[in-house]
This record gives sequence, C-alpha cells and structure tokens, in this order.
Amino acid sequence: MKILVAVKRVADPDNANRIKVSSGGDAIDASGLEWKINPFDEYALEAALRLTENGASPKKREGEVVVVTMAPKEAETTLRSALATGADRAIRVEAGDDDLDGRVVAHALRKLVEEEKPDVVLMGKQTVDGDSNQVGQMLAELLDWPMATFAATLRQEQDGSLLVGREVDGGVLSLRVRPPCLVTVDLRIVSPEGVYSSLTDPSFKYNEGVRFAPLPAIMQAKRKPLTVRPLSELTDVALTTKYTKFELPAKRSAGVKVKDVAELVQKLTEEARVL
Amino acid sequence: MSNVLVVAELDQDGNLRKSTLSAITLARKAEGALGGGFDVLVLGANTAAAAQELTTFGAGRVLVCEDASLAHYVAEHFAPTVAEVGKGYKLVVATATTFGKDLMPRVAARLDAAYAGDCADVAAEGGKLVYKRPMFAGNAYGYCELSTAIQVATARQSEFAAAEPSGSTSPIEKVAKAAPSGAAARVEYVSLDAVTSERPQLTEANVVVAGGRALKEKFFEVIEPLADALGAAIGASRAAVDAGYAPGDYQVGQTGKIVAPSLYIAIGISGAIQHIAGMKGSKVIVAINKDPEAPIFQLADYGLVADLFTAVPELVSALRARG
Ligand SMILES: Cc1cc2nc3c(=O)[nH]c(=O)nc-3n(C[C@H](O)[C@H](O)[C@H](O)COP(=O)(O)OP(=O)(O)OC[C@H]3O[C@@H](n4cnc5c(N)ncnc54)[C@H](O)[C@@H]3O)c2cc1C
Repeated sequence: MKILVAVKRVADPDNANRIKVSSGGDAIDASGLEWKINPFDEYALEAALRLTENGASPKKREGEVVVVTMAPKEAETTLRSALATGADRAIRVEAGDDDLDGRVVAHALRKLVEEEKPDVVLMGKQTVDGDSNQVGQMLAELLDWPMATFAATLRQEQDGSLLVGREVDGGVLSLRVRPPCLVTVDLRIVSPEGVYSSLTDPSFKYNEGVRFAPLPAIMQAKRKPLTVRPLSELTDVALTTKYTKFELPAKRSAGVKVKDVAELVQKLTEEARVL
Repeated sequence: MSNVLVVAELDQDGNLRKSTLSAITLARKAEGALGGGFDVLVLGANTAAAAQELTTFGAGRVLVCEDASLAHYVAEHFAPTVAEVGKGYKLVVATATTFGKDLMPRVAARLDAAYAGDCADVAAEGGKLVYKRPMFAGNAYGYCELSTAIQVATARQSEFAAAEPSGSTSPIEKVAKAAPSGAAARVEYVSLDAVTSERPQLTEANVVVAGGRALKEKFFEVIEPLADALGAAIGASRAAVDAGYAPGDYQVGQTGKIVAPSLYIAIGISGAIQHIAGMKGSKVIVAINKDPEAPIFQLADYGLVADLFTAVPELVSALRARG
C-alpha cells in the first residue's frame, strides 16, 4: 500500500500562549517559538507507518510512505525527521505561508495525489496554528474520494478496506472506506490499539504515542530522496482567504485561593452566585 | 430571496440538534451584510418533526430533503445535495460540531468556495463579511475575509447564543436529493457507538464538572456525585480520556469540545494550553488541585489547593446539606 502523508510545521503549540501580534495588528509574531511538526500530522505519519508494517516487525515497510509539505526550505528539517522516523520519500512544495490558504493547499495536494497515485492519503485533522480543520475534507471532495475524518482507530481489512472509528459528538461513528480514500486523524489514533494493518496480529499492542527515530536512521535519512516542487507547477488557484487583522484575547486573571470547601461553597453562593 | 443557507443537524432519531440554533444566529448576523434573509436546509430520513420545529425561527423557507440514504450522516451522501441547494446562496453555514466540521469544507470544495471554520463572530464591513476566528488554541483571534462568489462558514456553538423563535412561521418546501458522487460508492456507514447519558449536553450545560488524569479509575466514582448534586455535564482532560478513564466524547479543549458554562469545575486538571482553549470562556472557573503551582490556578476564579479525593466528597456533602 502506498500512503501520502501531508505535514506542516507549526510554532511550538505548547507555548502558543507566548505568541504576539505585530504592532500594526496585521500579523502573528511567533518569534522565539521553535518550529515543531503539527502534532496531528505527526500522528498521521505514525498511523501511516503502522498501516504499512506488521507491528511485530516494524523494520520492514510493506509499501511506501511519502511525506509532503508546503513550506520554505527550513521546513526540510521537518521532512528529514519524518524520513528518519520511517517515511521513504519526501516532497517539499516551495511556498511561503503567504502563498497559501486552505483552498490553495487542497488544490496543490490534489495535483500531487494525481501524480503520485497513493492508495490512502493520511493527514492530521487540523493544524494547531490556524485551527482551520478544512484541507482534508476539501482534498477528498476535489478527488471525489471517500473520507473518514477525526479517526481514532483504523483497521485494514483483508480486502484492503479501512474500518475507521471516528470520534464524533456523542460517541464513536464507524465507517468503512475503500481505497483510494482519505483519512484525517485525531489524538487517540496513536494509542496502543489505534491502528492495525492487515499484517499486524490483532493481539499486538503498540507503545503509546509515536515512535522516535533511532540515531542511525537519522543519519540514513539524509540519503533518502527529497524532491522540491514549485507551487506554480501544482496549482494556479488564487488566494481567497485574507486575514486583515489579528488580536490577542482578553487575558483572564487569577482569582483567589479559598482555604477549604466551606469557603468555596460560600463564595460560589454569595459572591459568584452560581449555586 | 434569501442569501444565507443554514444546514440543520439532526440526531440519529431525527430530532433537531440544538447546536443548529447557533448557526441560525450566525445567519441572522450575516443577513445584515448580505440582505435578504436566510433559509434552512434539513436532510435526513425522518425529518418531519425537525422541519416543523425549524419553521419558528424566521427562515424564508425550510427546505427538506428526505431520503432513506440520508438516515445516517455520511458526508459523501450529504455534500452533493447541500452544495446543489447551496449554489443559490452567497453564504452556507452550519455549526462547528463534528457534523459541521466534517461536512462543510467538503461542501465548500464542491462549490469552489472558501471556508471560515469555527467562527467566534461575523460582522459586516463595507458590505463584506469579516469572520472572527480563534487560532493557536484560542491564543489569538484572526479576522478574515473570503473572496469567492459563495462562502462557507461554521459557527462555534459557545460563541453564538441559540436563536430564539421569531414569532413567524416559515413555509416548508421539499427539495430533491442530488445524484451521489462517485465517492459515495466507496463509503459505508457501519455503526454509531453512542455515549448515552441523562445529563445535559456538555456544550449546552450550565455547569460542567471536569476531571483529569489525577482521577484514575475513580473518575466516575468521584465526579458523578458532584455532577448529580449540581445537575452538571461531565467533561474530561485529554489525559483522562487517553488513559481510558472517560469516553472521548467528554474531552474538553482545543481539539475536543469548546464549552462556556456559568460554572466550570476543573478537578485534578493541570491546565495545559490545549485544555484551557476549551473552557476559558466559562463565566466562573473553579480549580481543585493539590499542586499550588498548577497553571489552572492562573485563570481560576476560585482555587482550592487540596487532595481531590477528600475535597470532592466534602463538596458533595456540603452541597447536599444546602438541599
Ligand atoms: C495536539 C494536542 C491536542 C491536545 N488537545 C487537548 C484537548 O483538547 N484537551 C485537553 O484537555 N488536553 C489536550 N491535549 C493534552 C494537554 O497538552 C495535556 O497533556 C492534558 O490536558 C493534561 O491533562 P491533565 O491536566 O488531566 O493531566 P496532568 O497534566 O497530568 O495533570 C494532572 C493534575 O492533577 C493534579 N493532581 C494529581 N493528583 C491529585 C490529587 N490527588 N488531588 C488533586 N490534584 C491532583 C496534579 O497536580 C496535576 O496538576 C492536547 C495535546 C496535544 C499535543
């Protein structure tokens, strides 16, 4: 099976409360924050690796995992670490953040998918910078492919279909999708029983979370193929989402510490009047 | 002629989801810029009651697409019809539940429209719509304009109050189901493993009691009596869900549910950025945590530094004693 994984780097999400807005209010200033792979994309890569292996012998890849990003050259660090983790090949589409919006990204990915012909496209359900949650759904529609978004579990069945447990409001909704198809992943996909390829024994359990690249793999990743494509080769769709202004939310300030339960109940009753 | 189309969300039994009323509120705000009012589209296999209920909110028309293939929500079956009907509008909206978030970007692509997801507000500026969106786990707001002929948006439920009935009655009209796309042939609905509860919905509750990793296997044993005493919904941190103490549906946060109750009680929750993103809009926040340095205390109105396993039962007794 061939899987295409779309990834993006984002400003360190664990320090997102340190972002600033430029003095003119027209840009986000994330200076001082490290670039990290978007966590959901990291999970999508882990899911792709799990789908293309027998969990008990993860060194042998059954199929191909291709990672793609659209970003400036510095983002090749993100691609190299994906290669070190186990992806076979990487593509960087040369583009600055200002050249992209969700619709442009979806159109460019569509063209790449048509060229690469993967069986499955895997991506994070959202990037945690823009929090838009749109590209996967748009791409699936442009390709006229079935999709399963917010996947918490993935089972590859013997005929190649994917049984996907989607975390939705009110429970878990299961869909069966037949490749070529697109899946966007949610947090729980990297749980020990998140993903089973048809080769992995149903009693097998993964370690919680994503795998890390061993040192030799980091060296080898430097020799894995990484190609660069200009955005203009993939799409000529114009930008149609324009951010005109940014602002920081009003900060909530710390209130008081109460000494015991009795004081808490008294404050909630008499001061806050919420009981 | 209406310029805004609201896509209604029904539950498995065909009942109208209250979340829909937030999208109606967005539509009413957007009409200001676009003029012409709004219509509502209901899709399902059993739509009569929901359609009837939707006639009371001032829509120009309530459009109904009833078909056996729409019994369960599957994007590939819904999107073609929503897009076909949506063609006649300038703005197509739903609420940013998992239904809206799944469906609407797909509809947008079908309409060659740009999409503004999970909006906190919408305003008209010089005849154009400006969408206010939380970004970076709610650590910034971005204001964006879309320049496609048709625009698609979803409303964050906690930011758009449920619409009140308008006093008028809208006519109901049937619309045909559009031909399914090729994609529909390769997707099959299997099941919905529903989390059922007599409690109020997390996103609609007046009081939310949320538990974190610290609860361990005692999550329900400790949290339920408190939720009962307060008539509250139950929420959880990601860590509590990941560990299997609470179902995924309970997760509050950037990537879970966004809640804004009158009272939010965080129990054994440290207050990670991603959790705060989902509850900082609450009116009053209470935190119970044994670590006085826990970040949750930086935004809690009332903080109690205590072992939750003694403090919570005490709180339950105190509340019961008040009657
Ligand atoms: C991509 C991504 C998305 C995420 N999305 C979300 C999200 O939507 N929602 C979310 O919640 N998290 C989310 N997270 C996870 C988040 O970063 C935190 O890991 C998580 O919120 C921590 O949960 P917690 O507070 O329960 O656990 P911990 O951080 O482990 O905190 C447990 C707390 O319990 C306290 N405690 C322990 N024992 C006791 C006791 N006996 N009495 C009182 N207090 C006690 C401790 O002092 C501590 O403060 C996300 C993370 C990522 C990477």
